[in-house]
Amino acid sequence: MKAMLCTPRLRTLALLALLGLALGEASGARTSDPFSASLARLKGAPLEELGAAIEQFASVQDERTSKVLQALLDGRLFYRKADGKVVIGEPAEAGYAITDAASGEQLGTAERFEVKKISLNNALRTTLRETIGRLELNAQDPAVRLRAVQAMSQAPDEKNLALLRARLETERDPKVLDALRLALALADLASEDKNVRLRAIGALQDQTGAEVVNRLNALLEKNDEGEYLEPDSDVRHMAEAALHRIQSRLQFYGAVETLFFGLSLGAVLVLSAIGLAITFGVMGVINMAHGELMMLGAYTTYVVQQLMPDQLNISLFAAIPAAFLISALVGIAIERGIIRFLYGRPLESLLATFGVSLFLQQTVRSIFSPLNRSVATPAWMSGSLQLNGALSLTLNRFYILLFCLLVFALLLQILKRTRLGLEVRAVAQNRAMAKAMGIPAERVDALTFGLGSGIAGVAGVALSQLTNVGPNLGQAYIVDSFMVVVFGGVGNLWGTLVAGFSLGIANKFLEPYSGAVLAKILVLVFIIIFIQKRPRGLFPQKGRAAEA
Amino acid sequence: MADQNRRNVRELLLSAAVAGLALISSAARAEETIKVGVLHSLSGTMAISETTLKDTMLMLIDEQNKKGGLLGKKLEAVVVDPASNWPLFAEKARELISKNKVAAIFGCWTSVSRKSVLPVVEELNGLLFYPVQYEGEESSKNVIYTGAAPNQQAIPAVDYLMKDLKVKRWVLAGTDYVYPRTTNKILEAYLKSKGVKDKDIMINYTPFGHSDWQSIVADIKKFGSTGKKTAVVSTINGDANVPFYKELGNQGISAEQIPVVAFSVGEEELSGIDTKPLVGHLAAWNYFMSIDTPENAAFIKQWHQFIKNPRRVTNDPMEAHYIGFNLWVKAVEKAKTTDTDAVVKAIVGLETPNLTGGLAKALPNHHISKPVFIGEIQDDGQFQVVWKTKGLVDGDAWSDYLPESKPITADWTPPINCGNYNTKTKKCSGQKY
Repeated sequence: MKAMLCTPRLRTLALLALLGLALGEASGARTSDPFSASLARLKGAPLEELGAAIEQFASVQDERTSKVLQALLDGRLFYRKADGKVVIGEPAEAGYAITDAASGEQLGTAERFEVKKISLNNALRTTLRETIGRLELNAQDPAVRLRAVQAMSQAPDEKNLALLRARLETERDPKVLDALRLALALADLASEDKNVRLRAIGALQDQTGAEVVNRLNALLEKNDEGEYLEPDSDVRHMAEAALHRIQSRLQFYGAVETLFFGLSLGAVLVLSAIGLAITFGVMGVINMAHGELMMLGAYTTYVVQQLMPDQLNISLFAAIPAAFLISALVGIAIERGIIRFLYGRPLESLLATFGVSLFLQQTVRSIFSPLNRSVATPAWMSGSLQLNGALSLTLNRFYILLFCLLVFALLLQILKRTRLGLEVRAVAQNRAMAKAMGIPAERVDALTFGLGSGIAGVAGVALSQLTNVGPNLGQAYIVDSFMVVVFGGVGNLWGTLVAGFSLGIANKFLEPYSGAVLAKILVLVFIIIFIQKRPRGLFPQKGRAAEA
Repeated sequence: MADQNRRNVRELLLSAAVAGLALISSAARAEETIKVGVLHSLSGTMAISETTLKDTMLMLIDEQNKKGGLLGKKLEAVVVDPASNWPLFAEKARELISKNKVAAIFGCWTSVSRKSVLPVVEELNGLLFYPVQYEGEESSKNVIYTGAAPNQQAIPAVDYLMKDLKVKRWVLAGTDYVYPRTTNKILEAYLKSKGVKDKDIMINYTPFGHSDWQSIVADIKKFGSTGKKTAVVSTINGDANVPFYKELGNQGISAEQIPVVAFSVGEEELSGIDTKPLVGHLAAWNYFMSIDTPENAAFIKQWHQFIKNPRRVTNDPMEAHYIGFNLWVKAVEKAKTTDTDAVVKAIVGLETPNLTGGLAKALPNHHISKPVFIGEIQDDGQFQVVWKTKGLVDGDAWSDYLPESKPITADWTPPINCGNYNTKTKKCSGQKY
C-alpha cells in the first residue's frame, strides 16, 4: 500500500536509480564474469545457503542461466571433485558424459565417484521451478511456456503478475492462453475493484480446478466476528452460483473417475482370471500355481528389459510373446509331468499344484534373490491424460484396460475360429465322443493347459507395470482369479469378463464409503451369498454335458 | 516290494549315521564356542527384508571372530528359517534356546513375530535383540529393542512436517496391522494435542500387499486440494509402497505439493524400484546409508566385501543389529558370562558407537538412544538428510501421548525392575507384555 502513496515522479526517479544500478552491475560484469562467479557459488553450498545462491545466479542476465537451472532441477548438475568445475552430466556407461556448464565444452566422461551432485530439497525445488518459469515465459515451445505459467501462478506476486499480463498480450497458443487467463483471474479475485472481481468470477465459473474452488469458497467465509470476508453481496451471490455450478460438474466427473477406477481394477481381475478361465473353467483343473505362472511372465518382462536396456519401448512389446512362451512351456510341463495323472481327482491336483506353486516361488527366489526386481515403465505409460481440471485418467491403467480387452478378443477368436479352439471345446463338452471322432484328447489337454498358462504369463507382463515384481506376486492374485471365474460361471469366457468388470466397479464404488479393507470383505460376502443362490455363477453352462 | 523295503532301511541307516555325526561334531564344538541364534525369515513374504539382516549378523559374527572371539571362545552363528510364519517363529526360538543353547538371539522383523517369540524367551529366560522400528507399548526383561520406538521416529517426523514444512492437514495411511494402528493412534493423539482438528486428519488402512491405490490416491489428492499444506504420514508396509508411489506419480502428485513421509521405506526397499517419481518424498530413520562418517564408510566397505556385491545397500535395521551386537559383546565382556540375567544387568548403561557419529546407550527400559534423521529420496535411491534432531533421543517404551500408557514406565534396574510400572499407583502391573 505504501508504494501506492509515492508520487509518480518519485517512482520514476527510483526506477532510474535501479536501472543505473543494474547497468553498472552489467558493465562490471563483463570484466569479472558474474555468471561464472555465481555459478561457482552453487557448488558445495549447504542447503540453507543454496536458496540465496540460486536466486543470485538466476538474476544474472545470461542465456545460459535457464539451461543450468533446469539441469539443477533435474539433478543433472554436478561439480568435479578434482578441480571444482561445475558440469552438466548425462548418465552414460559407467558414469556421466559431462559438459562444462559455463562454456558448454564437452569434457568427456567422468566416473560416478569423480563428480558430486548438487542436490536439492523440496522447498528449493519449488522456488527453482518458479524461477525457471520466469526465465522461460517467452520460450519457443508452448509446452515450456505452459509449465512456466503454471509454476509462476503458484507465487502470484506483483512481479510475476506483471510478467504474466505482458505475456497475455502476445500469447497465441490456446492452452497457454487458458492457463494465463486462469492465473490472472485468480489474482483478480483479490482486486480492490468490485467489477474486476465480478469479471474474475465470471471467468472462473467454467473451471473445475481445486484452486478455483478454494478461492471461491474463501470469498464466502466469515471472519471471527461473523462478518463476511467479501464485503460486497453481489460478488458473494455470484461466487455462490459459480461454486454451485462447479460442484455439480465435479460430482459428475467424480462418478466418471470412479467408474474408470472400477473398470481398470476389473481389467486387472479379468486379465489375471482369464487364463484360469481356460485351465479351471474349460478343463476343470484347480491350478493353484496359476499365480506363479503370472509371476513368471512378470519376471520374463524383467529379463527382457535387462537384455535390451536401451530400448525400453520395444522391450515391453517383446516381453509379451516371450512371457507367453515361457509360461506356456512351464504350463505344458506341469500338465505333462503332474496334472495328467490326476484328472478327475480335484483334491489331489489342488495339493500337487499348490506344491508346484511353492516350488516355483522358491526357484525364483534362488535365481533372482528374494528382493523385488525393478521393471521400468516406459514414458508413454506414466503420467495421466488430463481431460480437464477435475478429471484425469492415469495412462498405465488406461493402456492395461485396452490390453485386457485385446487379449480377451484374441482368446475368443482362438477358441471360436481355430482348429485348436474347436478341439478344445469338443474335449471340454464330451471327452469320450471327441475321442471317438478322432481328436487326440491328450495332446489337446496339454495345448489347452499351455494356452491358459501362456495367457497368465501375458497377464504377468501387464502386472509388472502396476505392482512389485517379486516371488510373492502370484499369491496376491490367485484368490481374486478364482473368485472371478467362479462368479462368472465356470467354462464361460464372457462370464469371466462380466464378472471381472462388475466386481472391479462394485469394489471401487464401495471403497469410498467403507475403506479398502471392508470393501474387499463385502465383495467376498456378496459372492458367497450369490454362489449359494446360483451355484453355477452368472452365466452357467447349458446343455447335457454341463449336467453330467 | 522287498526292494522298496531294503531301500528304506538303507536310507534310514544312512540318515541316522549322518545325524549321529552331526551330533558328535556339534557336541565337540560346543565346548569351545558361544552360540548366537539368528532368527530371520529366509523364505516367504518377509524374506525380502530379513535375508539382509541374516547376512549382517553373519558378517558381524565373522568380524568378531577375526578379533579373537568373545571371552576367549569363538562365536558360532546358528541360523534358522522361520519362513515368515509367525507361530514358527516361536517354535524356532524355542529350538534355538533349549536345543542349540544359544546365548542370545538376534531376530524378528514384524511385530507379530516378536509378539509370538516373546512368551518363549520369557519362559526360557532367553535374550532377544529386536532390530526394527516398532509401535512401542512393550518392554520385556528378555528383549533389547534396538530399533526405534515411536518417539524416535514418528513423533520427530511429524514435528518436522509441522514446524519446517508448515503442514496443516494430515493423512495417516497405513497397512492394516498392529504397528500402523498403534503408531497412528499415538500420532492422532499427538496431533490433537497440538491443536489439529478432526476434519484435518484423514486415516486410511489398506490390506497387506495392497496394489490398487487409484481411489485412495484420488482421495488424498482431494483432501490435499483445500489450499492448506497437506502431508501423508505413511506406515504402509514394504511391498505395497511401490504401487502406492507409482500411483502418486501417475496422478501427478509431486513431493512439493503433498510430501509423503514413510516409516517403512528405506534404501533396501528403494533398490527394487525406479525412484525417479519418488524424488523429494521423505523418510524418517535413525540411520541413512548416505550419512558421511568414517564409521559408516568402514561399515559399508565391510558389507560390500562380505556380500561380494558393491551395489548392495545398507539400511537402518542393519545399523540396529550392528549396535545391538556390539552392546551384547560389551555386556558379555563386562559380565564375563553369557548368562542372560548377568548380561541384562550389565547391558544397561553401556555405550557403543553408532554409525552416524554418536554413541548409542542401552537404557534401563531396554531401548537405546538414537539420533533421528529426516531424509529426502534422491533419484539414485539414496536419501539426503534434510533435518536431524539436535542430540540423541531416548527410546520411550510407553507413549506419553496415549492416556492409558502415560503413567506407565519401564525400568529394569532396581528398585523398580518392571516393564510396565505405573508411576501413579506405584504398582508393577501383572500383565507381562
